[in-house]
Amino acid sequence: MVNRILVGAHYGLKDWIIQRATAVLMAVYTVLFLVVLAIVRPDSFEAWRSIFAHGFMKFATFLFLLSLFYHAWIGVRDIWMDYIKSGGLRLLLMIATVAVLVGYAGWATQILWRM
Amino acid sequence: MADMAIKKKRPKNLDLPTIRLPLPGILSILHRISGFSLFLLLPFLLWLLQGSLQSPETFAVVKGVLAHPLLKIVALGLIWFYMHHFCAGIRYLLLDLHKGIDLESARLSSKVVFAVSIALTLILGAKLLW
Repeated sequence: MVNRILVGAHYGLKDWIIQRATAVLMAVYTVLFLVVLAIVRPDSFEAWRSIFAHGFMKFATFLFLLSLFYHAWIGVRDIWMDYIKSGGLRLLLMIATVAVLVGYAGWATQILWRM
Repeated sequence: MADMAIKKKRPKNLDLPTIRLPLPGILSILHRISGFSLFLLLPFLLWLLQGSLQSPETFAVVKGVLAHPLLKIVALGLIWFYMHHFCAGIRYLLLDLHKGIDLESARLSSKVVFAVSIALTLILGAKLLW
């Protein structure tokens, strides 16, 4: 009999790094967004819309939202793994989480490019 | 078989009401609660973003929704959740880099997280909501 120790495929490390990389991206965007708000001081629909009409802000906002959805997937998956003991229910919740997050990514694209 | 070895009798204290959670522990569970709440409210937040950008009419609807006193409280709570998750997250990133891992600095930094996130929430709430 071969005595093997199973160590997994290191997907845990990959997610650990992605969780932090997306966190840094979102933190940078948060500071950038607050600075833009402080400079533009949007007080009307046109002023508010002009922030996101700008090409760079559109790109940065989209990147922020994608980071958020991936970051949310890792965090919410951890919550299901910690608290949901039933394997079937846990799988169901994970699938539902991925489904809504992929849907949100489509929705976010539509919001930013059809405004 | 590995299970048998783990299931030996070990001292346990799970009498939750008698456990006093220290501030870094409160910060930690709030990091989870805030993240999960923000996830649950994502459709509402995306709806607000969409309405605010679509047309002057939908912008007015979003403005009207956020003008309701009850919704202002909810929005302030969401800003606090975001700011707590943001500040506590930066603290965790620093801990990952082995900055401030001794007990003294970890306790101090958790106090800083609460102070900064609450201050930012009040400033943003005052500027954006009232």
